Amino acid sequence: MTQWGYVTVGYVLVFVVLAVYAVRTLLKGRALSKQVPPESRRWM
Amino acid sequence: MFRDAALVAGKDLRVEWRSRVTINQVAPFAVLVLILFAFALDPDRGVLQQATAGLFWVAVLFSALLAVQRAFAIESVDGNRDALRLSGLDPAGIFLGKASAVALELAGLEALLLVGVVVLYSTTLSGWLLLVTTCVVATIGLAAAGSLYGVLAAGLRVRETLLPLLLLPVVAPVLLGATRAFEAAFGQTTADGWSWVGLLTTFAVIYVAFGVLAFGSLLEES
Amino acid sequence: MTESEATVPAHTGSRTTRLLGLATLVGIAVVLVLGLVVTGPDAVQGDAARLIYLHVPVAVAMNVGFGLTTLGSVMWLWKKSRWWDTVAVSACEVGLVYTGLTLVTGMVWGRPTWGVYWTWDARLTTFSLLFLLYLGYLVVRHLPAETEVRNRRSAYVALLAFVDVPIVYLSVSWWRGLHQSATLSLSSTISGLMLFTLMTGMIVALMGFAWLLIHRFRVAWLEDELDSVGLELAISERRAEAGMTSVNVPATVEAVVR
Repeated sequence: MTQWGYVTVGYVLVFVVLAVYAVRTLLKGRALSKQVPPESRRWM
Repeated sequence: MFRDAALVAGKDLRVEWRSRVTINQVAPFAVLVLILFAFALDPDRGVLQQATAGLFWVAVLFSALLAVQRAFAIESVDGNRDALRLSGLDPAGIFLGKASAVALELAGLEALLLVGVVVLYSTTLSGWLLLVTTCVVATIGLAAAGSLYGVLAAGLRVRETLLPLLLLPVVAPVLLGATRAFEAAFGQTTADGWSWVGLLTTFAVIYVAFGVLAFGSLLEES
Repeated sequence: MTESEATVPAHTGSRTTRLLGLATLVGIAVVLVLGLVVTGPDAVQGDAARLIYLHVPVAVAMNVGFGLTTLGSVMWLWKKSRWWDTVAVSACEVGLVYTGLTLVTGMVWGRPTWGVYWTWDARLTTFSLLFLLYLGYLVVRHLPAETEVRNRRSAYVALLAFVDVPIVYLSVSWWRGLHQSATLSLSSTISGLMLFTLMTGMIVALMGFAWLLIHRFRVAWLEDELDSVGLELAISERRAEAGMTSVNVPATVEAVVR
């Protein structure tokens, strides 16, 4: 594999992993929000 | 504090002596590990002799896991943990006692394993002062860290699988340091073994101090 | 739909996170252009050096994450505040993701540079142990228990892991120090543009980290809320949306049964 090949693999891996994790977190947040009464959805 | 420690250590060692779990199960296990290493690494090619230091300490680490688990398993039945907590003993004393009992058991196992590597791997022991000092400080560190994680995991149903995951990465520097110090003692490297003893001492001091300060709080939960 | 339901959105986003997320996406685009197009290949490492623009920023964010876990644990032990405990666990999970990425980018960079995916380099080895140490924390944190017990237990695990980190690093660098040069061997020859790209990468990585952390924090907060809602409600709601799976079920049941 050329150096560019490794660079591509590295960049793709990083952004795919981050995107998957971000989407997973968002979806989990949505699912949980629906189960929690609105007055409890305060976090700060 | 030290009187309480002696009480707890005496109790644990008496329990061990009467139940013979360490002698009948942990010690044979440690020797078994040495034999398995010989199967894994061909003894005829000199690999065993070169790797003696590392294999010795890996065997010690595995035995330490069993010893720690055992030390806190005797408290987890019949509400003995509550009894210990309510006994009015100084928690720091309980920690030092537990850790000393584990350390003494480990010291016995290490003596056995040293004989084992001499007999089975035909290792020539040398550098005795460095050897013994390394054993002492590494054992204190292992026992202190082990007791801390032992009490943490003791009340849990998953303790058998959790303890190795928690303890082994933490004691990795002990394996590293003690192995290098042993290699220096055996004359296999020119590196200075005593600086590793210094590192092992730091590890031991940190975890003993942590235990003295935090053990009471850790004992409370369950 | 009641008034409050309309004003409290059923997701973990807010104006701040949307702005932050947008800025991060723009930042990522900038880093991609800077790292892949604008900067030239490194004199020594060639194009593989472009991986450094990801590797180092991700590693920095990882350190911030584990730092926050430690801080959160200390603050929980001191203040017993739920907020800090939630910070600790969220930062640890996001930190672990970043640690995984640090290891992966390190390995992908190592192959063309050193010829092997893994070398027992002081930093790589320390990071791998860090990963395992904090994985243990997360495992302990997710064990079912009363909230107070769970928080105390995991706070101590975090502190025990934290005091180990310098010893691990010291021991591994003594062990390997003589054999390997540092991971950042191009730092001495780094040019202005490369340094700028690296710094931009760091800022973007930290922004992304903050975005993930905020969302993960809110998820963790909601999980705790759900735990305290009670078994009765949880079961009925679980039935209402049959098929929804959540890691919370055992924790909820356990907490209430006790």
